Amino acid sequence: MGKRVGVEVSIAAADAVGMANVDVVAAYPITPQTHIVEHLSELVANGELDAEFIPVESEHSAMSVCCGSSAIGARTFTCTSSQGLALMNEIVFIAASLRLPIVMILANRSLSGPLSIWNDHTDVMSVRDCGWIQVFTETGQDVFDHVMWAFRVAEDPQVSLPVIVNMDGFILTHVIEPIEFWEPDMVRKYLPDFKPVNVLDPDKPTTVGGFGMPGIYTEAKMAQNEALIQSKSHILKAWQELGEVTGRHYQPVETYRTEGAETVFLTMGSTGDTVAMAVDELRSQGRPAGLIKLRLWRPFPFDELRRAAKDVKRIIVIDRAVSYGGPGGPVASEIRSAFYGEKKMPAVTNFICGLAGRDVTPDDYIAIYAKSEEMVTGRVRQEDYVFYGVRE
Amino acid sequence: MAKPIKSETDLNWKDLEVGCVVSDAGSASQYKTGDWRSMRPVVDKSKCIRCGVCYIFCPDMAIGKTAEDYFEADLYYCKGCGICAQECFTGCISMVPEEE
Repeated sequence: MGKRVGVEVSIAAADAVGMANVDVVAAYPITPQTHIVEHLSELVANGELDAEFIPVESEHSAMSVCCGSSAIGARTFTCTSSQGLALMNEIVFIAASLRLPIVMILANRSLSGPLSIWNDHTDVMSVRDCGWIQVFTETGQDVFDHVMWAFRVAEDPQVSLPVIVNMDGFILTHVIEPIEFWEPDMVRKYLPDFKPVNVLDPDKPTTVGGFGMPGIYTEAKMAQNEALIQSKSHILKAWQELGEVTGRHYQPVETYRTEGAETVFLTMGSTGDTVAMAVDELRSQGRPAGLIKLRLWRPFPFDELRRAAKDVKRIIVIDRAVSYGGPGGPVASEIRSAFYGEKKMPAVTNFICGLAGRDVTPDDYIAIYAKSEEMVTGRVRQEDYVFYGVRE
Repeated sequence: MAKPIKSETDLNWKDLEVGCVVSDAGSASQYKTGDWRSMRPVVDKSKCIRCGVCYIFCPDMAIGKTAEDYFEADLYYCKGCGICAQECFTGCISMVPEEE
């Protein structure tokens, strides 16, 4: 067992990256990710971490540096938020198509405008289809564990894909939580040395990032999509072995009080904790409420989700981003797709809330539960989503 | 001359290397750009002074020397841009439409 300490989650995340013996960190500071980068910079400057810290002039450069360093076989980390992710967007897609196992923490924050530094999931939804493995964390401990897990999965030669670890800005980045640090021998046991599938080597020249004509592009995309789908079994194995090392068992879809539940909330990230309090209250009132937490976002865990919700009549999807002019929230859209054509299709009601750090309390979720109940008395169509709490 | 190659359309998605890396160095030389061409350069040898200005200006280095010291485009690569015909001092190169 590792030592349990009270520490700001950002500092713990940076320490985890250091303990993972990262070789290159290239990042540009942006709220609310700043403390992670600052602490990594400090560790390198103090000689506590033998790594290259490359201060870049923008996030576009940060991700470009990461691609270069990962391609030569260096264990590579970066982290960003919001506008930073938007600026590096072009290279984010390239990293996945080149199958470079970079690990990135995304301290989730809304996108401008209006300009906002606070937490929601607008930033990550803008790269939903970027080809990276994407995972959400709920607590500081989740974040620490998933830094190790991310390097382990990304660098698995059968996977060789970049990984985004989402952590909610401020709600996770800036709070102090009790976190169990791994012992060095746990890290050694869990995380093997990085042996890249491809490596840039002057003695064995290769072409990386070549162009693809119409005759080959479709095949390239099929190969990339299959790689992401097939990464699933390795993701599950890495969680299983993480459980053996730490005693903490993570799943692509996690449930809370779903036994006998007719209505479940569906959340991603730190919201799960608050909704669990609402579920407890609803249960104490005799209402059949439960909670499904989606931890793995890409590759999307279709089977696990269907299993978790097999006896459920109604799903309340909490979305923390908007698909403007589209199906409401991006998460609800995917949940509906997962159940479309299934024998038992639960009614999906969609609530967009907690945008740009607006507080949503357990009482709000109880109100959402009641509103959802009212909605399903009629026909719930795709476009029937609710901006919860909006002043009208 | 270009080597005979397996066309990209003979490859299926499982044939591609991880990340679409190409391990054979210099493989761009196998890439056929000749089929982009709609006009082909034709040399009138009676006017050609074998100066090589076409060879110097060809942006694709598609022009080489023949055994008789004339200059000739390798139609595997020549895209038919017409720069050689434009630069030729004697006007011995004419651009002729490719037929269907």
